Amino acid sequence: MTEADVKVVYKRPIGLTDLVTHYCPGCTHGVAHRLIAEVLEEMGELNNTIGVAPVGCAVFAYNYLDFDFVEAAHGRAPAMATGIKRTLPHKTVFTYQGDGDLASMGMGEIVAAASRGEQITVIFINNTNYGMTGGQMAPTTLPGQKTSSSPLGRDVETQGYPIRTAELLATLDGAAFVARRTLHDARGIRMAKRAIRTAFEVQKQGLGFSMVELLSICPTNWGLNTTNARQWLAEHMLPYYPVGDFKVSTAVSEMKIGGN
Amino acid sequence: MALELIKGNTAVAEAAMRAGLVSYFGYPITPQTELLEHLSARMPELGRAFVQAESELGAINMVYGAACTGLRTMTSSSSPGVSLMQEGISYISGTELPAVIVDVVRGGPGLGNIAPSQADYTQIVHGGGHGEYHLIVLAPASVQEAVDLTGMAFDLAEKYRMVVCLLLDGFLGQMMEPVVMPDFQPVRTTPPEWAVGSPDSKERVVLTSINIDPPNQEQFNVKMMTRWEEVEKNEVRYKGYYLDDAEYVVIGYGTAGRIALTAVRAAREQGHKIGLLRPISLSPFPTRAVDELADRVKGFLVVEMSNGQMLDDVVSIAARRVPVDFYGRMGGMVPYPDEIANAIIEMIQGEHDVNADGRAKWLAKMRELVGTGE
Repeated sequence: MTEADVKVVYKRPIGLTDLVTHYCPGCTHGVAHRLIAEVLEEMGELNNTIGVAPVGCAVFAYNYLDFDFVEAAHGRAPAMATGIKRTLPHKTVFTYQGDGDLASMGMGEIVAAASRGEQITVIFINNTNYGMTGGQMAPTTLPGQKTSSSPLGRDVETQGYPIRTAELLATLDGAAFVARRTLHDARGIRMAKRAIRTAFEVQKQGLGFSMVELLSICPTNWGLNTTNARQWLAEHMLPYYPVGDFKVSTAVSEMKIGGN
Repeated sequence: MALELIKGNTAVAEAAMRAGLVSYFGYPITPQTELLEHLSARMPELGRAFVQAESELGAINMVYGAACTGLRTMTSSSSPGVSLMQEGISYISGTELPAVIVDVVRGGPGLGNIAPSQADYTQIVHGGGHGEYHLIVLAPASVQEAVDLTGMAFDLAEKYRMVVCLLLDGFLGQMMEPVVMPDFQPVRTTPPEWAVGSPDSKERVVLTSINIDPPNQEQFNVKMMTRWEEVEKNEVRYKGYYLDDAEYVVIGYGTAGRIALTAVRAAREQGHKIGLLRPISLSPFPTRAVDELADRVKGFLVVEMSNGQMLDDVVSIAARRVPVDFYGRMGGMVPYPDEIANAIIEMIQGEHDVNADGRAKWLAKMRELVGTGE
């Protein structure tokens, strides 16, 4: 093979550090991180971005995402992002939050930020459990799903129903772009990247609040190997949490994405 | 310089603007709301950031974010709202960020009422949030002093990268007094080197309060404590009245200190050698001043609009060298000067027992005076 035949088809995005992550083998946090790094690199925004990390498995997201970062209190990332964005409106500001952080502890902050049309982007990881503390029931845990704090399976009579966050936030006028994607297969990942790009473009163009919910696997706490975990997501999560665009404001639908 | 008649809350808000406030985040609560209302008009007028947050939790975490940019930021609230903010105050402190918080204290506990109180002393001075940290706490006794301390609060917050709390009460927040407002200071809009979004940072900036390894956390806490030693050395502020020849000293801050001054003057007119120590920085506390007085006077009378929260600090400094009497009103009640004057006379005519429990004596009197409502 001559040198001319060698073509780089993939390289590590420059927005990621060289560190090996602390995430469990097979976990899709790493995929989500990579997509964010790729999108910000493609947009030329790496040096203009401030991330807000959550409490949960991604508490150390800033060890892997290589740009300015702050670390929020549990659930409060949208408020913290608001403080940064209002102070430095030309920066790209995003939160990276899990389901316990965003949909339980921080439901007030996320709803308020979306309703204000806060010009921030939210990347929301839904893996139906509290990963970091060992797999307890989350607001996103499916009916009947066993977790370490719903050992008999989530009983909706006493433990309530899962929250469809994307659909809920889509009802708010301040939300310009709200979508759900899945990270369980290659096609889903490609679609997720496009949605993340759209979400950051929405912010860049000042069109309002944007959020992408990413269905993710948690092999360790689900007690499944990676292959089975991906299959479980497809079989159980996708019917309850359908992939789609739940809010595309008129301005967003007319938005042009430049660059590539 | 023109005198203007301004309400305390409004004056503090305007003074903060003039000190170069870049962003404000707050939530309505009586008796603090005029502060938020004033800034809701003035901040956008000058192209600065104002957000009425969804809650005090939201507000303090917006301040947390804004403080990460190193640009002047503030919130204000009243007691129940400040209780909610304690989580954020701990995080901001643990991330070594400058921020200013105004607490216009009201009667409690619980929902309590909207009348003036000093019952937040413990939660502000001794830390209502988790972990080891200190706030610088400034307690004015007039609207003018509140205005002057507002500018200082921002300077101190930046000097030490700490949270500074301006501790008012509903009386000071609501009262109108003539004041001289300060000039407008230049506004810094570019984040300093240590902050996120700074053009001057050599490498990327990560701001967090997490120290996952206990040895690192301990080291960090030693650093914070060392900084606090500096603050204690440099930033003690108080005002003494008639202390030179005083045989007895009243100690009170803020509104209680101001009312006590009237009582002290009345006692002076009756020939009693009595002085007043009015702490302005409640944290760092004027420990040395109280300590030196304890060596030469015959007794202290602590006056507060609370159940004796500062009293505990004075008792510990006095260390049984002199008796420490106490007079307090609680739950939104404000003492009249003659109540304090009576307590002064009782102190002078009392038993001078250094082992007596000043709070117990006072509480017995309160049971007779106001009862328990049962």
